Amino acid sequence: MSINDNLFVIIMASAIFYGTPLVFASLGELLAERSGVLNLGVEGMMLLGAVAAAWVSTNVGGPAIVVLPLAIVAAMIAAGLGASIHAFLTITLRVNQIISGLALTIFAGAAGLSSYLAGIWQLGQTPVKQQFGKIDVFGLTDVPVVGPILFHQTLLTYLSWVLVIAASFYLFRTRAGLHLRAVGESPQTADSVGISVSRYRYFHVIFGGSFAGIAGACFSLMIVPTWVDGMTAGQGWIALALVIFGFWRPDLTLLGAYLFGALSSLGLTLQARGIHISTALLTALPYVMTIVVLVVVSNTASRRQLGAPAALGKPYEREER
Amino acid sequence: MVSQPSNTRRRLRFAGVAAVAVLAVVSLVATACSKSSSSGSSGGTVKAAWIYVGPVNDGGWTQAHDAGRKYVETKLGSKVKTTYKENVPEGPEVAQVINDLIKDGNTVIFATSYGFKDAMQAAATANPKVKFEMATGDSITLGQKVASNYNEFYGAGEDSLYITGIAAGKATKNNSIGVSAPFAIPEVIRGINAFTLGAQSVNPAAKVNVVWTKTWFDPAVERKSAESLVAAGADVIFSHQDSPSAGEVAKAKNLPWFGYDSDQSGPYSSVWQTAGTYNWGPFELSELNKVIDGTWKQNNYYGTIADNFAGLAPYGSTVAAATKTLMDAEITKAKAGKADAFGWYWGLADRQDQDGKTVITKGQTLTMKDLYTMSYFVKGTTGSPKG
Repeated sequence: MSINDNLFVIIMASAIFYGTPLVFASLGELLAERSGVLNLGVEGMMLLGAVAAAWVSTNVGGPAIVVLPLAIVAAMIAAGLGASIHAFLTITLRVNQIISGLALTIFAGAAGLSSYLAGIWQLGQTPVKQQFGKIDVFGLTDVPVVGPILFHQTLLTYLSWVLVIAASFYLFRTRAGLHLRAVGESPQTADSVGISVSRYRYFHVIFGGSFAGIAGACFSLMIVPTWVDGMTAGQGWIALALVIFGFWRPDLTLLGAYLFGALSSLGLTLQARGIHISTALLTALPYVMTIVVLVVVSNTASRRQLGAPAALGKPYEREER
Repeated sequence: MVSQPSNTRRRLRFAGVAAVAVLAVVSLVATACSKSSSSGSSGGTVKAAWIYVGPVNDGGWTQAHDAGRKYVETKLGSKVKTTYKENVPEGPEVAQVINDLIKDGNTVIFATSYGFKDAMQAAATANPKVKFEMATGDSITLGQKVASNYNEFYGAGEDSLYITGIAAGKATKNNSIGVSAPFAIPEVIRGINAFTLGAQSVNPAAKVNVVWTKTWFDPAVERKSAESLVAAGADVIFSHQDSPSAGEVAKAKNLPWFGYDSDQSGPYSSVWQTAGTYNWGPFELSELNKVIDGTWKQNNYYGTIADNFAGLAPYGSTVAAATKTLMDAEITKAKAGKADAFGWYWGLADRQDQDGKTVITKGQTLTMKDLYTMSYFVKGTTGSPKG
């Protein structure tokens, strides 16, 4: 047995593989929430993305280098369209964000629109034609420990790292990012200095939603890889918890996603080695931590310190200024 | 609030609420879009309905049931009018679905998931003229009181798994076979035991390692479980759920792979071995024929390989010729028996559980009740039968 067969390496490699859709979904939700809009439609948008990506991969001919990016774009558009419904309802019509988000998940999610489209398109009988396989980066796969963990993942994982870095830079190092945070903190103030609250909110809800589409594509092009009804199996809800868990910061959210990924495969890996710890307990652990974080941020002062957008969930009405 | 909301804003709010309502309605319609299919004419026909837990194209359990419905349609032609409801959750909705189907004039209801059992029994008591057929139910066998217009049917899927176990026992090189299993319930436990005994019948050193996924359906978890088994040393994978994601793992590592319920060979032909399958049509046909000629009665059916209820998916190209011969010999043996004979292998020797306690003695024939209450793993299995 080589060093790369040990439990730690196996679990870390699998944590990153299975954490990848969570990184995309929670990063997108983070952008929306930073603008002050909570979107509970992540699960539904993920399934829209998954079905669109599966369709492209199954029906568009050509080499993988063309088809796979197309599939990702299709996933982003499909989920972005879903997000635009939420954006219109909550930003223009100022509908309750929780209700609108839930409606989006029910409408688009399992046994909803995504399943309906898959039925029409006859997806799910066979695996998708083109999929994201693990690649060997710079031939470093066999390097002890870090090889399998960092250099033997799929392109989607590397894309997620690029996006996390870009989002961190955007949020904390650019003018637009500053404006975005202002809109999420105090839309009145932002408005008074001439920042268009609704434009910022529209853009980030829709663009963030399209990230959920990539997360869905991770399932239908990388993990399973075929279309299966309701294939995201609740991961969209975990992504929502992760945003809180990561204090609305891209880097911490990524770590949280991998922690969720690790704990969810840890139970099975231990079981296969004859160690019996309740799988249910292990998978529940991250939620316990999320509850702890929720308790911490429930206090207004600590909320501000930890980065919770102060205007999160509140519709902005200019007249009430 | 300082100012009263203006009319425009009130109107906007209303439009928003209306939009949410429309969304909700659309999604409900989409959910309830359980396509009905029907054939035949009215008058002198029996109307029968199927209730499915999954979509008809799930490539597994529900698809096999729908194949049964289509078989009945083909065989009975204008004498039957069939309907189905797919994606019905195992919850309070079932009772409503059953009532709607009865209101639509269906006189035979086939329910195809264990979680529908209570609602089916309640409906049977309330609708004595309708026949209720509950697949996988165990109440009659376990001696619970049910109405006489309620019947249960299932079959010896474990007999097919015994034969697939033979292929697994032959295929493993390091004597470690990984099983990714859903829930620790008797149905699954007896299947794994039969599989283990089949493997040990040709390879006494074979060990079966069981990992519980606690789901019938979660492609990511199924894939993880297969990976964890391979990481723990298994060189043959049997996934007791429907999604093909475990097949991906097997394909990537080039390990022999056994599926469940259906032929999943297509894209995995390089690793596909076989799967135990169910053939629901012939039984359902005979039940409907009995309804038509008025001879239907409760029969607590348990199908076998001999009457073509249980079977095997086509063997994969990598199954060795000698292994195929061994498996075919067992199938011949099963078919030579009486049509209602099942489980010929349990009592071939004294069988011990994981603790070494004798649970089956040589020559013993297991009853349906023994099978429906099985809660131990036989020796050679790792993993807990408690889940």
